[in-house]
Amino acid sequence: MVHYTRSAALAFAVAALTGMAAHAGELVIDTDTSDPAPKAAFQGLIDDFQKANPDVHVTWNIFDHEGYKTAIRNFMTADAPDLANWYAGNRMAPFVTSGQFLDVSDVWDKNGLKDTLKSALPSMTIDGKQWGVPYTYYQWGIYYNKDVFKKFGVDVPKTWDDFIADCAKFKAGGVDCTTTGTKASWPAGGWFDYMDLRTNGYQFHMDLTNGKIAWTDPRVKEVFTQWAKLIVPGYVTPNSSAIDWQDALPNLVQGKAATYLMGNFAVAPLKAAGMTNDTLGFFAFPEITPGVGRAEDAPTDTIHIPAKAKNVVDAKRFLAFLAQADTQSKMNDTLGQLPVNNQAKVGDDPFLQAGFKMLSTADGLAQFFDRDAPAEMAKIGMEGFQEFMAHPDRIDAILARLETARKRIY
Amino acid sequence: MSAPTASRSGYWRRNQRALAPLLFVAPGALMFTVYVVLPIFRSMSISFYDWDGMGVKKWIGLANYAELWSDPAFVVSLENNVIWLVLYMLAVPAGLFIAIFLNQNTRGIRIYKSLFFFPFVISQVVVGLIFSWFYAPGFGLFFKLTQLFDPAGIALLADERYATYGIIAAGLWPQIAYCMILYLTGLNNVAPDQVEAARLDGAKGWRMLWYVILPQLRPATFIAVVVTVIGALRSFDLVSIMTQGGPYGSTRVLSYYMYEEALSEYGYRMGYGAAIAVVLFAIMMVFISGFIWKMYRDETER
Repeated sequence: MVHYTRSAALAFAVAALTGMAAHAGELVIDTDTSDPAPKAAFQGLIDDFQKANPDVHVTWNIFDHEGYKTAIRNFMTADAPDLANWYAGNRMAPFVTSGQFLDVSDVWDKNGLKDTLKSALPSMTIDGKQWGVPYTYYQWGIYYNKDVFKKFGVDVPKTWDDFIADCAKFKAGGVDCTTTGTKASWPAGGWFDYMDLRTNGYQFHMDLTNGKIAWTDPRVKEVFTQWAKLIVPGYVTPNSSAIDWQDALPNLVQGKAATYLMGNFAVAPLKAAGMTNDTLGFFAFPEITPGVGRAEDAPTDTIHIPAKAKNVVDAKRFLAFLAQADTQSKMNDTLGQLPVNNQAKVGDDPFLQAGFKMLSTADGLAQFFDRDAPAEMAKIGMEGFQEFMAHPDRIDAILARLETARKRIY
Repeated sequence: MSAPTASRSGYWRRNQRALAPLLFVAPGALMFTVYVVLPIFRSMSISFYDWDGMGVKKWIGLANYAELWSDPAFVVSLENNVIWLVLYMLAVPAGLFIAIFLNQNTRGIRIYKSLFFFPFVISQVVVGLIFSWFYAPGFGLFFKLTQLFDPAGIALLADERYATYGIIAAGLWPQIAYCMILYLTGLNNVAPDQVEAARLDGAKGWRMLWYVILPQLRPATFIAVVVTVIGALRSFDLVSIMTQGGPYGSTRVLSYYMYEEALSEYGYRMGYGAAIAVVLFAIMMVFISGFIWKMYRDETER
């Protein structure tokens, strides 16, 4: 854990000396931003907030990204900060239902956030109240190797059947149609999300992840029947369950695989490995059932106020600042992601532009399987998808198991 | 230091023999109580609740334990723990074999000994990574070797039939080294006169090993078995690094499953995790009390 006491403490001290600190506040922020880009983005955010609010003294604790996921449960109950970052959707539900997050609906109402942050409103709402403020999201979709597409004379597919037909061409040429690494199981969750969103649509997917639909429902089975068209002929890189998602990236870079279904965070490592805007392409997941509205996965990152926060007044000021269009433009420029505020500017990067266009015209935004479904269901579900990708013939046993889990969990 | 008062020094002098050992034990006992004994009882009490680690605890009695028996993931973990326990025992004879092989005086034997001991010195995390790459589909050495027989190759860690064995093989590498070093020190203490006498009586090879050397190595064997049993039961790091319990949960062991349920990214079931921990503790207690009973018997026999 790294402790940062902002240099603006000096400004605060000066203000205090001159007797100007009318309502001086101590504001403690805990974040998991140990990676370079998020760290720089938060550094900028906090500096700007200090500049605008010299009377507040910010203390910023940075946790390791993975360790934070368990640490948050300890510090929420033991020594709560005034602000902490987390994720939208059902990922925040355990904290909301156990009373660890503060209701911040008033911040939303006072600042008109229901208009500016409209796209994230459903995923921030539980029991009709808002529990935090979103500041960034990113798109999911299919990244592809343009050179491989050119070599096989393949165009960007519009429908699932086109995609499967292209896969056959790649397979004949000894190239994996699509690659993935499901060792951590969530990339398999991304595949399921898109298969279900394209087969049954947004509302069905939300009902399913909220436990309102049985996993043994024939419409769920249909998702896997479609998915099997990709898996049974062996169009996916074999043994993917022993590969980390990062270790599957070289397949795309070296042209051993044609496509990769991933989040936009994959662009940075792909470019670092030598791909450019000329060789790396992006397209939205193809249509499966004609007429089903195009919904997308767009995981949203958020900031919340713990129920035990000591300085709620300044924490709410911080959230209002975070929600502003200019704040989000600047932060996401550094993050290389998309701002949630619809008045904010999007960076020039072609992948960001493509993502922005795709998401702003979408018929619904899902968070991601492990954020839409409750934690326990997410784990069992993604494990099932991982198994399906290795043994598509076991689908009935897998769905029966998921259905047992659904009955117990919800 | 100030001079002790007469009465205190008198009390101290009278009871010094009784108090001194208690004082020496006190710091260790305090730590042991706070960090080992109390958490054990705390885990036991948590295992009777339905609790997400943050909110309100709900008393559900033995429901967590009842659920364990119908939970296929728990059964798989338990089975894997048994496989670990049985196969890990191979480390004891293998360590003995290498120790006997290395127990000779040739040029540079110390270098060979340290090379054999090396895997025990490096971290389990590194062992896990090395073996992951060894098995890795596409470029791993083991994968390439299997391609000689089967053009598709066998990705050991992606196949639920072999993955657990792949991890155990990785675990055996440092464990054999550990047993080896225990036996090497044991072999130093083997009485040369007994070996000499046995040789005069015509004992050789297996008979020499079985009737003369091994009985003298009993203390080393005992420790080797103890550390191997405990090592097998607390296997966590290799599973976590090499497969994260996958593919689809087939390589989970109890300690990893407990972590997944209670503490991991998707685990919010403290009570259920605690129940798994209690079961693991009970299994360990069978072995630990056996060991303690044997040690107690050996000491009182003298």
